[in-house]
Amino acid sequence: MQTRRETLKHSAAVAGLLASTGLFPQYAQAFDKAAFEAKSMADAIKAMGGSAPVESKDVTITGPDIAENGAVVPLGVSTSLANVKRVLLLVEKNPSVLVAMFNISPDVEANFSTRSKMGQSSDVYAVAITNDGKAFFAKKEVKVTLGGCGG
Amino acid sequence: MADPMRIRAQSAGGNATIRVLMSHEMESGQRKDGNGKIIPAWHIQDVTAALNGKTVMTAEWGPAVSKNPFLQFTIKGAKAGDKVAITWKDNKGDSRTDEATVS
Repeated sequence: MQTRRETLKHSAAVAGLLASTGLFPQYAQAFDKAAFEAKSMADAIKAMGGSAPVESKDVTITGPDIAENGAVVPLGVSTSLANVKRVLLLVEKNPSVLVAMFNISPDVEANFSTRSKMGQSSDVYAVAITNDGKAFFAKKEVKVTLGGCGG
Repeated sequence: MADPMRIRAQSAGGNATIRVLMSHEMESGQRKDGNGKIIPAWHIQDVTAALNGKTVMTAEWGPAVSKNPFLQFTIKGAKAGDKVAITWKDNKGDSRTDEATVS
């Protein structure tokens, strides 16, 4: 019997092979690869259609001061700004800074919580991008005692 | 096919708080297996939420979202009995949709 880990390993290998055949070019039409591969905050925000970010007290980031396990760090982002089209969650010292992006419609509140992996202690940023391309951010330092990105 | 999501939708003060727990490995693409080879990234890329069939929120996620992701957000004006549908799609093209009723 296969363990779960082996099964996952195999399916990952198969997917890798499939990808290399070129039969499945890009699954996600909407997924913004450039933004999620960005290594710096400025690049990620630019790729998401925002200008140079300005710190704002109208954007809030919530998270723990100390995260015991970097594999699961609860982070929340919210903003009271009007005309916000997107909010981003970034971890500065992760291999790729952008964690998640949320497109906001008038039907949802600009308030999201999720859980993120963090490789090491770092500043985490919440960025709100408005309809006219302005970017506002809030930051918070999260200390990680056990990293969640390595093997 | 992936395991079902757990969705809880609770109305409070004219809005509905939606909590979703998805079942996904969210492999980061940074880890190595026993032979030192990098395990390819495998993560949810797109998340969509719909209220009574109308899309209210879309999200894009990178591999840095934790394994078995949790998501909480608030839909304005949703009331008891409304249907909330959540869909995710990963970078291997797998997807899953689950629905819950606001209570």
